[in-house]
Amino acid sequence: MTSWQNNRAARDARIAAGAGLARGKIVEAQDVTRLLEAVIRPGDRVCLEGDNQKQADLLSRALLAVDLSRVNDLHMVQSGVVLPEHLDLFDRGVAKRLDYAYSGPQSARIARMLFGGKIELGAVHTYLELFARYFIDLTPHVALIAAVSADRAGNLYTGPNTEDTPTVVEATAFKDGVVIAQVNEIVETVPRVDIPADRVHFIVKADKPFFVEPLFTRDPAAITEGQILTAMLAIKGIYAPYGVQRLNHGIGFSTAAIELLLPTFGERLGLKGRIATHFALNPHPALIPAIESGWVRQIHSFGSEVGMDDYIRARSDVYFTGPDGSLRSNRAFCQVAGLYACDMFIGSTLQIDLQGNSSTVTTSRIAGFGGAPNMGADARGRRHPSEPWLKAGAEADPDSPAPLRRGRKLVVQIGETFGDKNVPLFVEKLDAIELAERLKLELAPVMIYGDDVTHIVTEEGVANLLLCRTAQEREHAIRGVAGYTDVGRRRDRGMVARLRERGVIRRPEDLGINPLDADRSLLAARSIKDLVRWSGGLYAPPSKFRNW
Amino acid sequence: MEDLRFRHPIRARASGARQSAIVGVVASGNLEVLVERVLPDAECAVDIKTAAVGFGEVWSAVIGDFVERYSPGGLKFSINDGGARPDTVSLRLAQAVRLIAENGQ
Repeated sequence: MTSWQNNRAARDARIAAGAGLARGKIVEAQDVTRLLEAVIRPGDRVCLEGDNQKQADLLSRALLAVDLSRVNDLHMVQSGVVLPEHLDLFDRGVAKRLDYAYSGPQSARIARMLFGGKIELGAVHTYLELFARYFIDLTPHVALIAAVSADRAGNLYTGPNTEDTPTVVEATAFKDGVVIAQVNEIVETVPRVDIPADRVHFIVKADKPFFVEPLFTRDPAAITEGQILTAMLAIKGIYAPYGVQRLNHGIGFSTAAIELLLPTFGERLGLKGRIATHFALNPHPALIPAIESGWVRQIHSFGSEVGMDDYIRARSDVYFTGPDGSLRSNRAFCQVAGLYACDMFIGSTLQIDLQGNSSTVTTSRIAGFGGAPNMGADARGRRHPSEPWLKAGAEADPDSPAPLRRGRKLVVQIGETFGDKNVPLFVEKLDAIELAERLKLELAPVMIYGDDVTHIVTEEGVANLLLCRTAQEREHAIRGVAGYTDVGRRRDRGMVARLRERGVIRRPEDLGINPLDADRSLLAARSIKDLVRWSGGLYAPPSKFRNW
Repeated sequence: MEDLRFRHPIRARASGARQSAIVGVVASGNLEVLVERVLPDAECAVDIKTAAVGFGEVWSAVIGDFVERYSPGGLKFSINDGGARPDTVSLRLAQAVRLIAENGQ
């Protein structure tokens, strides 16, 4: 007779094998490796929770120590490859295959291991794309997750950094998988239930709190005049004319400069309440002055940020918080919000080519995509109108009848023409293409495709690609804001001048901005200490950002 | 280190009465510009000492655009460069012209 519940039986057998090491659901830290050997089978798909910020570091170390005769050739399906242990698993042979989204700090080593054949790469995804595959063809057999606290029944409190946990647990627990959580403490009652107990099979109390990286703190002291100028151009040249209220910001210094110019430059332009009111955004400390000045109505977050907990708790009108008062973040929902409910994405990149394709990959580093491609893409399934979306759609396609015309999301790339160490932002050919050739990838890792990009902002001006009608116009709109890079110096000056007459390219003077006014005195906060002051002492920056 | 010199004929004399001015700092990724009103009205000179070697062509383009845009007749610029980006160079030169255009010392 055919059985239709083999997976459930297998899951029960795994749990039974681990139960001997547990008291109830609780397993002692020194027994975790044995637990993993009992529960995980060779070749399993395993999600080792490595988020953008929060890391299941104890479980990573425990998995690395397993007996290779019992656990091997795992297929890791995790959004972040962030800790050295995540890659040590492949060096040791515990894991073989990898599907992931982001590898920030490990970007150089992961590139070396891919070239060396140590890792069998499935694909590099965006967050939302990998989460989607958890429910279709990459469902984990075992999820190793991180939470702040658990009660004895197994209810979990994930704290402000909830991030990916609900998504990972949903896919694993409801498809016959096993969920193992490391927690900072075991308590009588959790402050709020982020993950219900019947989805959690084993709990381990970690010897120290899980690791969280402050990724979204930009010290205002490091913002340059060039970044201030590009921020002024973006506010006056894009935010204002389109009336952008719902948006997502990248994490670079240029967007931090925009956040710090809202209460000063933006206020003088009379834009308060008209732009930048609703965000899909992590709790950026640089946004504190704008929040305190009454600019921002609502923010939903992918994750949290170190030091922002008390400030968020005190500003629950702005942030999403639980009944306990602390932030509830959720990466999957916030990615969806950024994709469908925001009218603009604005962020920086490392390379832009002549078609407007952009990439953060260089030949020796594969940083992955994270969420930017979800934010920085036109949502073809979008059906609700808004002023910026309709205006952008009309610019791109002036001839279609309005009721049948698609709107367009504003996808803005902002940056200085020369980046760190004088490396040019604009290139004839992306390094990503060479990398794809060397690794024999079917797709070059392009962060944002040129046909999704609507504007490019540099210190030289704003290029509106929506208004370009031919590939040649587009190329020269890009060359026309590429400054003194090789790409910029190879412009046809006559063509650039004609594009400027049509408003495809707008220089600072065309927008009534004098570059000499781009001064650090325009920043609402000029140091981390200023941000603390703005927050009324509620923001507690991590020590590496304190110099007092 | 590399030394570069540029000489340009100029349409009009730079405005203002100040004799000299200094902007910027010598630091990595930054530059110091000393500007002096010491040349005939139809001339401009830019002398550069730079830590970054091999960027003569970019300097030439930056200085050419600057001279075209600001008409700094009579001014001599001495630049101490710590490997600044071209946009920073343009900004400092413009700041130097603004400062020397002020009246008095």
